[in-house]
Amino acid sequence: MSHHENLATDIEFGSDHGTVKSYIVGFIFSLVLTIVPFVIVAEHLFSTLSMYVTIAIFALAQLLVQLVFFLHLSPKSKARWNLNVFIFTFLVVMILVAGSIWIMVNLDYFMMH
Amino acid sequence: MSTVAHKTIEQHSTDHHHDTQSTIVFGFWIYIMSDCILFATLFAAFAVLHTHTFGGPGPKELFSMPIVLAETFILLTSSFTYGLALLAAFRKHQGQVIGFLIATFILGLSFVAIEVTEFTHLVQEGHSWRSSAFLSSFFTLVGTHGLHVSMGLIWMIGLIVQVKRHGLTHITQRKLTTLSLFWHFLDIVWIFVFSIVYLMGMI
Repeated sequence: MSHHENLATDIEFGSDHGTVKSYIVGFIFSLVLTIVPFVIVAEHLFSTLSMYVTIAIFALAQLLVQLVFFLHLSPKSKARWNLNVFIFTFLVVMILVAGSIWIMVNLDYFMMH
Repeated sequence: MSTVAHKTIEQHSTDHHHDTQSTIVFGFWIYIMSDCILFATLFAAFAVLHTHTFGGPGPKELFSMPIVLAETFILLTSSFTYGLALLAAFRKHQGQVIGFLIATFILGLSFVAIEVTEFTHLVQEGHSWRSSAFLSSFFTLVGTHGLHVSMGLIWMIGLIVQVKRHGLTHITQRKLTTLSLFWHFLDIVWIFVFSIVYLMGMI
């Protein structure tokens, strides 16, 4: 792909669009990040708590792989605003999920004790 | 040098056009982020309710992990083939675009088919969304994702027809870009369904 084509499409759609190589690398990463936690859980390799933590870490790594290799989010991208909106959404999602669980666990505790 | 000159001329003549296209893509990105928040609420509900099985069986007894793993591979592969379709679109290979889109469509359709089969099995065995709070939140979360995938598939048929009829214009390329955001986003949501609902349910 010529440099000029890259520039034109970047300007047009506001983001980089990667190469066949980056898609293949991303795909292999995502497969590995799926298989490893699956095997860990299927074989019960760790204690319960460390398995929860491992699954969470692998899920976040998978999220990162998908964002970088498939959605092409990066601070260097011309679509800097996409990243900003994503970071804000991530914050809202974290507040929502963690906040809900916190409140409900609290309620549960005070109703049962 | 010629590259720079060419770029300037092109930019000059189509600046407004490019601007509109990237604004539409950005607007769609904002929609996807709001969809993220919708899924976050469903995940929060599931996290709170997943232990409330009302005396019925939990995730360990209900879900078949090999099938879920197959679903995950199918969806990951479909994300990959969609990426290849998008790259082909930037290289202006219309035939390849349609080929990869059809491949993505078939993978997406088999994902939905497997999911519907699994849901039917669960309901037939008496584990429907009415059985417990756990199953209500499970069906809502996974069903909403499945519904999104189905909508993506309908959209994809429309795009295949449009690419075939109009070729790779600025407009069909922009539509391919927005659907790619949607499709990769669904893949990401599934990763969390797989990790939180299924893998953590297996522990």
